[in-house]
Amino acid sequence: MSSDADLSPTRSFQGLILTLQRFWAAKGCVILQPYDMEVGAGTFHPATTLRALGPKPWKAAYVQPSRRPKDGRYGENPNRLQHYYQFQVILKPNPPNLQELYLASLEAIGVDLKLHDIRFVEDDWESPTLGAWGLGWECWCDGMEVSQFTYFQQVAGFECAPVAGELTYGLERLAMYVQGVENVYDLNFNGGEGEDKVTYGDVFLQAEQEYSRHNFEAADTAMLFRHFADAEKACRLYLEAGAPESEGARHRIVQPAYDQCIKASHVFNLLDARGVISVTERQSYILRVRELAKACGAAWLKTEAGGHAAAA
Amino acid sequence: MPDLLLELRSEEIPARMQRRAAEDLRKLVTDALVERGFLYEGAKAFATPRRLALHVAGLPARGEAVREERRGPRVGAPEAALQGFLKSAGLSSLDQATTVTDPKKGEFYLAVIERPGRETIDVLAEILPGIIRNFPWPKSMRWGAASAQPGSLRWVRPLQSIVATFGPETETPDVVPFSVDGIAAGTTTSGHRFLKPEPFEVRRFDDYVQALERADVILDADRRKDIILHDAKDLAFARGLDLVEDEGLLEEVAGLVERPVVLMGAFEERFLEIPAEAIRATIRANQKCFVLRKSGSEELAPAFVLVSNLLASDGGAAITAGNERVVRARLSDAKFFWETDKAVRLEDRLPKLDSIVFHEKLGTQGERVNRIAGLARRIASAIDIRFDLDLVERAARLAKADLVTEMVGEFPELQGLMGRKYATLQGEDPRVAAAIEEHYKPLGPSDRVPTEIVSIAVAMADKLDLLAGFWSIDEKPTGSKDPFGLRRAALGVIRLILENGLRLPLLDGPIWDAFDELPGKSAVVLDLSGAAALDALDGETDLTDPRAKDLLAFLADRLKVYLRDQGARHDLIDAVFALPGQDDLLMVVRRVEALGEFLGTDDGKNLLAGYKRAANILRIEEKKDGRSYDAVPDAALASSGQPEERALAEALAETRREASAAVAAEDFAGAMRALSRLRAPVDAFFEKVTVNADDPALRQNRLLLLNALRAATREVADFSRIEG
Repeated sequence: MSSDADLSPTRSFQGLILTLQRFWAAKGCVILQPYDMEVGAGTFHPATTLRALGPKPWKAAYVQPSRRPKDGRYGENPNRLQHYYQFQVILKPNPPNLQELYLASLEAIGVDLKLHDIRFVEDDWESPTLGAWGLGWECWCDGMEVSQFTYFQQVAGFECAPVAGELTYGLERLAMYVQGVENVYDLNFNGGEGEDKVTYGDVFLQAEQEYSRHNFEAADTAMLFRHFADAEKACRLYLEAGAPESEGARHRIVQPAYDQCIKASHVFNLLDARGVISVTERQSYILRVRELAKACGAAWLKTEAGGHAAAA
Repeated sequence: MPDLLLELRSEEIPARMQRRAAEDLRKLVTDALVERGFLYEGAKAFATPRRLALHVAGLPARGEAVREERRGPRVGAPEAALQGFLKSAGLSSLDQATTVTDPKKGEFYLAVIERPGRETIDVLAEILPGIIRNFPWPKSMRWGAASAQPGSLRWVRPLQSIVATFGPETETPDVVPFSVDGIAAGTTTSGHRFLKPEPFEVRRFDDYVQALERADVILDADRRKDIILHDAKDLAFARGLDLVEDEGLLEEVAGLVERPVVLMGAFEERFLEIPAEAIRATIRANQKCFVLRKSGSEELAPAFVLVSNLLASDGGAAITAGNERVVRARLSDAKFFWETDKAVRLEDRLPKLDSIVFHEKLGTQGERVNRIAGLARRIASAIDIRFDLDLVERAARLAKADLVTEMVGEFPELQGLMGRKYATLQGEDPRVAAAIEEHYKPLGPSDRVPTEIVSIAVAMADKLDLLAGFWSIDEKPTGSKDPFGLRRAALGVIRLILENGLRLPLLDGPIWDAFDELPGKSAVVLDLSGAAALDALDGETDLTDPRAKDLLAFLADRLKVYLRDQGARHDLIDAVFALPGQDDLLMVVRRVEALGEFLGTDDGKNLLAGYKRAANILRIEEKKDGRSYDAVPDAALASSGQPEERALAEALAETRREASAAVAAEDFAGAMRALSRLRAPVDAFFEKVTVNADDPALRQNRLLLLNALRAATREVADFSRIEG
């Protein structure tokens, strides 16, 4: 059946993922699994958003399915998907040689740096919903953006001290590049040939079609508005319930509250895709999510993982 | 004389910031040196994506010695005063001071403080850390473990190493001893990220530049640009193509590579169906590549030039293939946009504009389009009453429709242009199609001004609606802040009027109309009750909206800036605008021109001198008498006076009539000619006639004559505003 060759990063999508995981595991990262909630980007995973806050060192890498309801194209666009994979690396503090590590990871997945033109092109990252920003680049390989490289300066409205370095690989794009494929659905997923070959389309084409219909046509907007309000309320409720019991004590319910923040964010994206949020309302929804993110960030800084010393 | 070499090597600096940063570095370092008395022969700064470098040549090895004398208290002064003197002069006892005798105050102490010149290298070590810490990057960041502490070093991207050497050409220079956040200045740098990453030592500027070249780094951005341009043209020429030059792109690309390698890629002929501008926009904006033309033709070629940072071991085959794939994907998108857009008529897109907020206080784009359509009709009919206004309205209604096309959504810079293409395809009148593109024009002082009436009307309406809109919500430009481009819009209105020779009194015309079209409008406050109504009927009350007047004043101000750039004297413009009712810009300009010519002649200069003399006398006498002399002089009294007095009175009456008639006929040169005939009688009057006559009646009449001269000149301009 499956051989090592099938798992070469240039032969299969899953080979690419496994190679990146091995690479970053060897650099001391914990290899996490995708967060079990719908998010718009790997950054929303608490392993990035929350762990980027506070003084404690942290190294993690994981794949995160990213949902962008508006980017659905009913499976008809060769490059655009409403569900795709990011590979996310977060290193806090960023090591001084993070660029070199990144380039080494490209070599590991089969990009020959003597043959390909890698460029770091200015791209400052900002997430209004997370109250976060950083400076960095989009990384180009022969003119194609394959990754984002960011030095987090602020998350949830708080200064990052120390700064974390974040790498986000667009897995489908990278795979298309190293496999030499022009259509995402033609990607070889498992590295098999002939009857054994499973393509990205075999796995995801039907899902793209269904979710596009759902995102643009069917999603129950009345329910979504309710869910948004519920998630917002629950987030505040949990933060309240876990609030420090005394001056200097720790916060006790941050991550469940943050889940609700993530949920509100995704529900907002769905409503936005359905076109039921007007331009003026849009801004206010974004602000509401940001307030949740900030409240969660503030609470996180009062937890052990957030670096808060236990009360004596 | 010793030189300074400074290199600040970092992770990739955004292209757009490099040139400015190099210049800032040069200025900050040389200013700091000069401020401390260290002069230099020359300084030049450089930038690549990964380094800022500075060479300051011809510095002294040390500063000048300073000798300072400090005067102390008199001999025998109280102990406290003596101690204070010793302390401030840095002396340990009075033996170290000398005494001097002052003839008035007797003997006092004098300290002579001699400070040897400081070593330049020490001064550099003192200056450089501060400059690096406070460098004026537009955006800067913290990084690494150090960022856990507040106040850690900020740089545009992580700073990796510092080279700083100082010394004469003939010797091994010394390292300038300083460090910033743990990065110590030294002599080690490294070359191209991929081609020559190994560290190497540098000593001074000359060997630094050469060592970098050997390490595949070209330090000078202008040289990188030359190489790119030269190689790109050569490559194009070899294939029988012409490079479409693009200075902005060239500058950016030169800031993305340390070692430019120019390559050519191709795409499929079928993509050439997409409008050339869209091809160029996508290849430029997304890929930072140049497009090419078929030699001697305006048509694009199915090829592009890319600039890579790598001399690849396969000669660039893989890089070219990779870029071609991305370009192909981008062009597929553009083609898809083009095809999708063509399937919907522009008028069917209009409802979408109703859901786009233009400005929260000024409504939606749809509402704005309605206003522009109404305003454009009114402007067109003011320009030519017989013109087909439906054509103008059609153009105005479709002018913004392309904002909701896919293509413009992706490439906002194609707005207008795509609208014209889609309009042409759907069979609109060519004047309508042209106006859709041209209504944004002119975009700046050098942009082309439309000349077709449809385009002019929609372009003016677009700009005046913008101006009146923001004026009505009191969002005017202040200082350097002009977020809505109102100054540019005003200049556009001015150029549209002047360069098309349009006669448009603005206050009662387009400006009134623009406010009138606004929501909740009412350009005119018609309070027709009681006394106000009577005044209004008498023409006593100014009915014009103060906002409209304020907007006209803004336009007048912009006109001044515009005319000044064209070389007109600002005082002449002021002299014309000081007259009432100047809202016809074309007439203002003609008047300023005629006035300038007139004042260039001897007659003009002398008349101005005569005017100034008259005005001076009037000013003094009016102040003295506490009244103004603004009545009409008594002709009989003047005729009975001296012959020069009579001559001036007659000349004034005639000139004023002639000048006024000429102005009414818009013959400003004629009005000036009429004024010029005043010169001789004015000169003669001042020569022979004593204004301040003993007889009060005579004196009053002579003052009134001078006032008549003042009044006559006001037919063409307010001479009091003219300088010289």
